[in-house]
Amino acid sequence: MTYEELIKQTALADERIVVMTAENRALIRNLPAVLGPRFIDTGITEQTLIGAAAGLALRGRVPILHALATFLTLRAFEFIRTDVGIGQLPVKLSGFVPGFLSDGNGPTHQAIEDVSLMRGIPGMTVFAPADEQDMLAMLPAIWASPQPAYVRVNTRPATYEHALFEIGKAEIVAEGTDITILTYGMLFEQTLVARELLQAQGKSVGLINLRSLKPIDEAALLEVVRRGSLIVTVEDHFVTGGLYSILAEVLLRNQLTARVLPLALEERWYRPGRLSAVLEYEGFTGHHIARRITEYLGESGAAIAEGPAVLENEFAE
Amino acid sequence: MLPEQQQKLQQLALRVREHIVRLSTDGGCFTGASLSCADLLVYLYADCLNVRPDNLQDPNRDYLFLSKGHDVPALYGTFVELGFMDKARLDQHLSTDDHIYWHPNRNVPGVEFHSGSLGHLPSVALGVAMDCKMRGQDNKVIVITGDGELNEGTVWESLLVASAHKINNLTLVVDRNHFQANVATEDLIPLEPMAPKFEAFGCEVRRIDGHDFAQLEDAFSALPFSDTKPSVIICDTVRGRGLPSIEARADRWFCNFSADEVQELLRELHSQEATTLTSETLTVR
Repeated sequence: MTYEELIKQTALADERIVVMTAENRALIRNLPAVLGPRFIDTGITEQTLIGAAAGLALRGRVPILHALATFLTLRAFEFIRTDVGIGQLPVKLSGFVPGFLSDGNGPTHQAIEDVSLMRGIPGMTVFAPADEQDMLAMLPAIWASPQPAYVRVNTRPATYEHALFEIGKAEIVAEGTDITILTYGMLFEQTLVARELLQAQGKSVGLINLRSLKPIDEAALLEVVRRGSLIVTVEDHFVTGGLYSILAEVLLRNQLTARVLPLALEERWYRPGRLSAVLEYEGFTGHHIARRITEYLGESGAAIAEGPAVLENEFAE
Repeated sequence: MLPEQQQKLQQLALRVREHIVRLSTDGGCFTGASLSCADLLVYLYADCLNVRPDNLQDPNRDYLFLSKGHDVPALYGTFVELGFMDKARLDQHLSTDDHIYWHPNRNVPGVEFHSGSLGHLPSVALGVAMDCKMRGQDNKVIVITGDGELNEGTVWESLLVASAHKINNLTLVVDRNHFQANVATEDLIPLEPMAPKFEAFGCEVRRIDGHDFAQLEDAFSALPFSDTKPSVIICDTVRGRGLPSIEARADRWFCNFSADEVQELLRELHSQEATTLTSETLTVR
């Protein structure tokens, strides 16, 4: 099963589904022939895409919108907020090549404030699958929900066997007493590596794949805080408004504090290049993440082993 | 159009204008922009569209989207006169006890979608028109924009898409009152020649006097203008139409009159003799 096959299967079983794009067909090339008029390409018009989706939703349709994450969430932001948000319409946004996945495109294409923007819209739900298998486990529930949703599309092959998905529930991969890594999206595979490397150094390391960023699994976060380990948030997003901020909000709401290391992008866009080079340069390979955590703990990271090579991203857009 | 029908619509429009004037106090409203499209809305709801208080859930109804949402007093006045809305709700204008404020919202039955942010409803109406077409319906989908609103790129974006997809059940109507917020359109971002712009975007265009019910009927009863293209009707109108003392003035967009001035303006509405407004409460936004 692929993303495209899942959309096809869902749309063929449910005539309310309409698939729309702003001329971003890399993942959905075969859908026009299968869905006929229920595949609508509006051209390079993200705002009109959203407005028309709102109109279709008013008529009882459930539009799945596939477009580049950055233009979808940024250029059309006011349309999402005003037409979908105020309208509380079940429009399902699929943001393609979010975060580091736009690798070589440069800062114009870097959706690294998308989580922050989308979760700021009342009623909007926000999801970030760890890989393709995770995404396929998550999408049916997201599309079946009556709420508007934003999903960070991620078709990278799974390196982990994921559990069943429930909206608002995180996936607890491992529990640890020294360190707990919280992450979402494509960096999950790197944190999985980082965890192995740190465990090899004798650390007890927990790992949580958040999956659902809004609603957030507050109970899972509070459980980690209660355990008292160092918490590390790892995200391909600006440090403002993403997971680090979400955790801070949860802590403050519960009048708690914790030792937290945020690994995120601080006040700048990332250096463009092949994905492996980007992760190296920005310090987000499994090896780098493990080293940065070790050094934060005041220990030498010299003994941390190299991780496996990073699989390159196969999509330009 | 029969003279008696024309007279009926004129009487209806006069009552709608009374509502607009009465809403132009205690916080005020967008008086000038409402008066310019009162005749258009009266004609559409009373005489043209298949939409009534008793068929608002019918997917085969005609749809009207008011994209220039600040003319909502004209819409609500029309709704009150045609039984969509209880007149008492107008007394709740700007009260937090109800949802009667400066822009339309779906807490008022008959409002198809909220607006206020310009350039949105052409694309929302496009989505609705696409769905009606997909389901083989032949109902009308009308979206009314202001002329200043044509500054917004999304109006043109949605027409490009509509014409590419041959959405001929979509009609864009321009309330061409020649002013945007605080200035004459042609003094800021000139819009003329207007019809050729729409034609260049793949639309079939007619231009009429938006205060002449017979011309409105001629144009709207000819819809759709094409089997393949979206239709556009440019309605030449006058900002503040019906009140000579405020007609065609850049500073009479948003008005907040005193109670005495409202009485004066109601007299003016019926007599067509201009009053002299001296109030310092007049505001322009």
